[in-house]
Amino acid sequence: MTKVSITVDGVLHESEVEPRTLLVHYLREQVGKVGTVVGCDTSSCGACTILLDGRSAKSCSVLAVQADGSSVTTIEGLAGDEWHPVQAAFKECHGLQCGYCTPGMVMSAVDLLSENPNPSEAEIREGLEGNLCRCTGYHNIVKSVALAAETMKGGK
Amino acid sequence: MIPSKFDYVRPNSVDEAVAALKAGGEDSKVITGGQSMLPLLRLRLAAPSVLVDCARIDEMKGIKDNGDSVTIGAASTHWDVLNNEIVKTHVKLLADATATVADPQVRHRGTFGGALAHGDPAGDLPAVVVALDATFEIAGAKGRRQVTAKDFFVDYFTTAVGPDEILVSVTIPKLGKGWGTCYEKFNRSANGWAIVGVAAAVKVEGGKITEARIGLTNCASVPVRASSVESALKGVSASATEIESASQSAADGTRATSDLGADKEYREHLMRVLTARAVSCAAGA
Repeated sequence: MTKVSITVDGVLHESEVEPRTLLVHYLREQVGKVGTVVGCDTSSCGACTILLDGRSAKSCSVLAVQADGSSVTTIEGLAGDEWHPVQAAFKECHGLQCGYCTPGMVMSAVDLLSENPNPSEAEIREGLEGNLCRCTGYHNIVKSVALAAETMKGGK
Repeated sequence: MIPSKFDYVRPNSVDEAVAALKAGGEDSKVITGGQSMLPLLRLRLAAPSVLVDCARIDEMKGIKDNGDSVTIGAASTHWDVLNNEIVKTHVKLLADATATVADPQVRHRGTFGGALAHGDPAGDLPAVVVALDATFEIAGAKGRRQVTAKDFFVDYFTTAVGPDEILVSVTIPKLGKGWGTCYEKFNRSANGWAIVGVAAAVKVEGGKITEARIGLTNCASVPVRASSVESALKGVSASATEIESASQSAADGTRATSDLGADKEYREHLMRVLTARAVSCAAGA
């Protein structure tokens, strides 16, 4: 077992993990952040996307030991008293069907908008290329991200 | 799937990392971003006894301007490379190819050196460093050695980096005045691997091509240069028709295979088409 200290959604956790523990399993099983889901488990679908030190990463493709000393934001840590503008926009535009890809889509969209606050439709689609929606509900997802960009520009 | 058990060490220097690799025996493996390693571990296609995490070794990070060349630490992420002003200004071909690697999440974690040392023939970056005649610095128990790009890639997933060695950095010569570059990649799905990719650097003087360097992705077990096109381009005018005609020999010397993505004949067709496109774009034709 290896000791790790990882800040998850603002709270520091000191834990013992096996080196082979994937970050997504650590988050779900040791910290209880079950909002982050395991999708394909092959690095393809992006459902397990979190922010690792502020940048999007697939938590099924990171070992918990690699995240030692880092700060993780999961879908559960995004909202304050109100929904994050990206979450609100997904609700408003119905940017989901079955909802399984949603935690990852939202986290990728947050990362995309932090790099590019004013993306074109093509840039939104490219920015989300690491996330798959098996319902193929991309149209409303792209609309949601465009709306979130608008809201966030308004200083919300 | 859950990886099989391994030990994990995170050394602070290259020397410590080399010692850890040696101590771990022949089943020890280097990891940096882990974006190729984690999928292999999960499928249990790799089952190392020890993982030596080199992601936090200062010497292996950072990008330096040496005047006539640029040195990139092997543990620099694709994200570091893409957002680096030295790379954007002096090694634009690398920035352009890196932008096509996988997806944003993978580019945030995956490393430049890891992608090269992994030796995947479908990776985008090997063709770039082969086209640009890069030099690789490798550290081992016996000290450091320099290997040219031509000798670095040995076979499928096999490079000059020995089992107890570490790729420390890669130095890429700057191209200078008159050169243009372009990376053309053909794939059929978002974040898919290249079916064929072409990295081209072309020097144009007085409307004529005086030198061309072309690296091919996924056309053999290792990245190869399209040498016969490079020769055929010398002295021709930088026009689309002349470039297209010179590009007809792009598949010479390649050893393309047939797989689910494309058969051999189709890959060879793509080599000709994409070489013409990449050279035309690089030459401003």
